[in-house]
Amino acid sequence: MSAEAFLQIRNVVKSFDGHLAVDDVSIDIAQGEVFALLGSSGCGKTTLLRMLAGFEAPTSGTIRLGGRDLAGLPPYARPMNMMFQSYALFPHLSVADNIAFGLKRDGLGADAVASRVDAMLKLVQLGPFAGRKPHQLSGGQQQRVALARSLAKKPQLLLLDEPLGALDKKLREETQIELGHIINDVGVTCVMVTHDQEEAMTMAGRIAVMSEGRLLQVGPPDEIYEAPATRFVADFIGNVNLMDGTLVESAADHAVVDCGDITHWIGKGVAGGRGQRVTVALRPEKIRIGRAEPLPHGLAADPSLNRVRGIVKEVAYFGSFTVYHLRLAGGATLKISQSNAERQAGDTLARDDAAWASWTPGSQVVLTK
Amino acid sequence: MKPVHERGRKPGLSGRRAVIAIPYVWLLVFFLLPFLVVARISVSEMEATAIGDIVRWRDGAIDINLRWQTYWLLLTDDLYFSTYVASLKYAGVTTLLCLAIGYPFAYFMARARRSIQPALLMLVMMPFWTSFLLRVYAWKALLSENGLAARAIEGLGLDRLLAAAGLIPGPGQLMNTPFSLVLGMTYTYLPFMILPLYSNLAKMDLRLLEAASDLGASAWTAFWTITVPLSRAGIVAGAMLVFIPCVGEYVIPELLGGPQTQMIGRTLWDEFFSNNDWPMACAVAVTMILLVIVPIAIFSRNQGDASPSRA
Repeated sequence: MSAEAFLQIRNVVKSFDGHLAVDDVSIDIAQGEVFALLGSSGCGKTTLLRMLAGFEAPTSGTIRLGGRDLAGLPPYARPMNMMFQSYALFPHLSVADNIAFGLKRDGLGADAVASRVDAMLKLVQLGPFAGRKPHQLSGGQQQRVALARSLAKKPQLLLLDEPLGALDKKLREETQIELGHIINDVGVTCVMVTHDQEEAMTMAGRIAVMSEGRLLQVGPPDEIYEAPATRFVADFIGNVNLMDGTLVESAADHAVVDCGDITHWIGKGVAGGRGQRVTVALRPEKIRIGRAEPLPHGLAADPSLNRVRGIVKEVAYFGSFTVYHLRLAGGATLKISQSNAERQAGDTLARDDAAWASWTPGSQVVLTK
Repeated sequence: MKPVHERGRKPGLSGRRAVIAIPYVWLLVFFLLPFLVVARISVSEMEATAIGDIVRWRDGAIDINLRWQTYWLLLTDDLYFSTYVASLKYAGVTTLLCLAIGYPFAYFMARARRSIQPALLMLVMMPFWTSFLLRVYAWKALLSENGLAARAIEGLGLDRLLAAAGLIPGPGQLMNTPFSLVLGMTYTYLPFMILPLYSNLAKMDLRLLEAASDLGASAWTAFWTITVPLSRAGIVAGAMLVFIPCVGEYVIPELLGGPQTQMIGRTLWDEFFSNNDWPMACAVAVTMILLVIVPIAIFSRNQGDASPSRA
């Protein structure tokens, strides 16, 4: 057998009463990696996590950790710990006893337990709260207790179920970074489940996008965002303009797609021949908008500069950026996000103004699925 | 500036007070006042039933004329002491048995499928549809010499075990023994243990058990370290609902108990109706209430210290 991945999920299927919750999923995760399962609710990501933890048994397929098959191992015998959604802290135990719970089950001596609990409290900076009960802590503190409890036994694999889901937005941003630091410092391999793409992109080294029990795409955050493999992934992650069209020119170094209102010049070759139906995905922030017709290098007729004229129908000012909705001649709407890098003054676009949108030939992604 | 809704609060508050006040007034009139009457009789002579006989204004000083002989007798007479001990003992054993039988019952009921839980609950409450007296009488028949239960117990040879444990005088003699008494009380009071335990266990967050399992606890360890401590409020409520009425139980010892099992309810009856000694009877009653209330008050106070915001 060649070098096997640290965590190997092979052809795992889980069905509940004939309904496939997880449909033939295979993932390899390396030691020390932080991996995110991203998807909307009901996509099977939590079921997959629960199978890793041992709360559910796969209908078929294998899960191996460090070369060892986990089939049949009950949750309490698995070398992994989970941080539960909304934490599941034991309400009758103090912070220190919550953290010590798993250590005591290992039959560690009182001294060893106490020193490990101290180390964990220091790690999550909750030393002064050791004697408190969970209900006497804020949401952010409870989250840290849950993290300390799941790290106390030095698990080979840390499972996080919506780790930041129970926190409000402001606290979530701070905690996200802090949690990432702690996980990196400890160096534990980590599989997290989330429906929040920001959470997944900032914390994970690789992301798997799931829908209806299937893996749609696995890759680093920038790859998932910049090079989505399918229409669904492009649409699920971030904002995107999706335009259906036909491939009218397909060369080794460029391609042209006719989408009705817009003729896309794609700056690289596309798999597929003339006449094939494709979808062009274009992120709003990759489009520039202005009153004047954009002229590349003074050449009005250069086909490689993509541009289109339209009427501004919607202007939403977010402070750091502005979102415009540009109505095209054929009735389609193009979403455009413009960074407000310079202070806005005077001549800004308003509703019903005519404007030009333009983007470079490398901005689009051509999707065939 | 006052909040806008301030004006609307007054009637709401007084309405709330009224709702709380009605049961309090009820308890004051029909529990506290009679109790004070009982307490007064317990410290007076047989004839002295008017307040004036106890508290009197004499020569510019209040003369309180209390007679403590009844309580002195309670403390010194072995008969009373032993009936108190017997009452507490049988009530305690009954409570423990109800807990031992009721806890697993309530546990599996709370973990059963949601759809069948109402039916299970109904079954627990079904005995209440029949008169309590009738059910206790039925045990008399079941445990009598040729009764069904008696024959089953003897058939299994359990009566030898009971006799060896001193719960019955000898094989074949089941009725009017500590055994029949405790059996009857356990049978009667079991639902009062199950219901609060069930409502407590049904509320429990099952993810806590998953968390315990994830951290290395077997199902058995998780039960003792998580489920049992978290159900303490239910155990306490159930134990009180069984223990308190059992201490003062009169009917069941009368029907199923024997000469060995003289309990405080029986003593009360004797003092009132055989001896016609009302002060003594009242002293017995007051002492019984104190015996039950004082430990509970201390206990619930400790409970309050241990967990400030949890019932």
